[in-house]
Amino acid sequence: MPAVEVLGLARRYGSVTAVADVSLAAEAGQVTAVLGRNGAGKTTTVEICAGLRTADAGSVTVLGLHPGDPALRHRVGVMPQGGSGASGVYPSARVGEVLALHAALHSDPLPARALVERLGLTKAADTPWRRLSGGEQQRLSLALAIVGRPEVVFLDEPTAGLDVQGRHLTWELIRDLKVAGVAVVLTTHLLDEAEELADHVVIIDAGIVVAAGTPRDLTAGAGDELRFEAPAGLPLGDLTARLGSGATAAEPSPGRYVVTGSITPDMIATVTAWCAERDVMANRLTTGAGTLEAAFLALTEDPT
Amino acid sequence: MSTGSLDLSPAGHASPAGTQLRAQTAMELKLMLRNGEQLLLTIIIPTVLLLLFAGAPIADLPKPRIDFVVPGVLALAVMSTAFTGQAIGTGFERRYGVLRRLGTTPLPRALLLAAKTISVVCVEVLQVALLCVVGLVDGWSPHGNALAAVALLMLGTVAFSALGLLMAGTLRAEVTLAAANLVYLVLLVLGGIAFPLTDFSDGVRHVLELLPIAALSDGLRVVLRSGGSVPVHDWVTLLVWAATGGLAASRLFRWE
Repeated sequence: MPAVEVLGLARRYGSVTAVADVSLAAEAGQVTAVLGRNGAGKTTTVEICAGLRTADAGSVTVLGLHPGDPALRHRVGVMPQGGSGASGVYPSARVGEVLALHAALHSDPLPARALVERLGLTKAADTPWRRLSGGEQQRLSLALAIVGRPEVVFLDEPTAGLDVQGRHLTWELIRDLKVAGVAVVLTTHLLDEAEELADHVVIIDAGIVVAAGTPRDLTAGAGDELRFEAPAGLPLGDLTARLGSGATAAEPSPGRYVVTGSITPDMIATVTAWCAERDVMANRLTTGAGTLEAAFLALTEDPT
Repeated sequence: MSTGSLDLSPAGHASPAGTQLRAQTAMELKLMLRNGEQLLLTIIIPTVLLLLFAGAPIADLPKPRIDFVVPGVLALAVMSTAFTGQAIGTGFERRYGVLRRLGTTPLPRALLLAAKTISVVCVEVLQVALLCVVGLVDGWSPHGNALAAVALLMLGTVAFSALGLLMAGTLRAEVTLAAANLVYLVLLVLGGIAFPLTDFSDGVRHVLELLPIAALSDGLRVVLRSGGSVPVHDWVTLLVWAATGGLAASRLFRWE
């Protein structure tokens, strides 16, 4: 049985549908990334799983129980979304105090000092929450979610507002949680984060799951591609005609070109020759299976 | 694991209720005692009022002035901590998502409320001790049954806590901040704390006597000044406020 199982979840706020139909399963010892644009329904989905909101329709089980079940409280760690001043920490409480409080609620917590050190917060241990930087607040919030040694953690945008170093600290910790057998469910709108961390990616758009699978599954769908960057607005009809044999050239965003089809050395030569004729540099020319970004953009493109 | 030592594998249970209660109460107390504005309301203003009204001929008070003033500031102390301080503190905890986040931890809501109550009572004990000492030094001679006074303070605490939590759990934090301070100020003047209600016309006085602060200060005054027994209408007034406030708070309090 998966650690977290969501089936046909729906949730509206007044006349706004936040989540229309979301199903997903998250396993122990795996990182499941819920990926989507802002407003796609990620936070609502995770908050329902974490027992912070109720669903209008569908079912959610966490470790076989209803998300609101008090028996889950010590088995599940939650990191709510930061920002908007509502991350759930007393503003005048110091880092060490908040962590000690949350640790004291559990019988077998992580050693606070080691956790603080691990997250690079040692120097901030006596600083009140409100005087921490945004990145420090995020890292403390993560520490609070895991200090009780949970079986399942829900992390809502765990790296939002972090600098590169903080982001890597967080990524490393998430990997270690996974190795330790924790089921990690995180939301992100960062493709590289999902690609980097996740065993399982669920792409949500407008409250609906548009794709799910391993990062490799999702990028395989994007097929063979040749990508390059060049000045925007090149006349692609001409290139497509020149390529022949079912290959097509497109410009999904200004200045970024994608040629799909079966990519051969000959075809690469055709593309570069076509660019040379126009006295245009083909930058960042790459071939191979698509990136998650390409898959993501293809899946969540606005129908225009 | 990259930095060794930290074993992240799942383990453990919720800690025992006693441990949780102690940790949460310690946090609540620390935050209350660290909050400068709250100390102004709970400690400094009542103490200053006590010294001021007992010493200077500000209002036309029955003599000895100190015997009139001490019961009033004791009532004010209860109101400041149980109502004003608690409403503002809890309102902002709600606003900052603290209550919501605690809802995801093993701390049951009943223990959270218990921790809040215990820390309110602890601060009140400090306040009452301080005010009594200052009063005694200033020549206050208390009478009557101390147990009756304590019972009144406790019932007052329940009533004001209920009203404070009702406000904190239903209004926006900024509104609670403004309203709780306003209520404190208005009741300070109109609640029979420093100015006798007999200064008002009969019609106004009968309405004001229905306020919880008026019932508390009047009851305390009857006991501590003359050694009398608490008037029934004071008990009833406080009980009704405690019951309706508590019922409304338990029904209407929103955690986020």
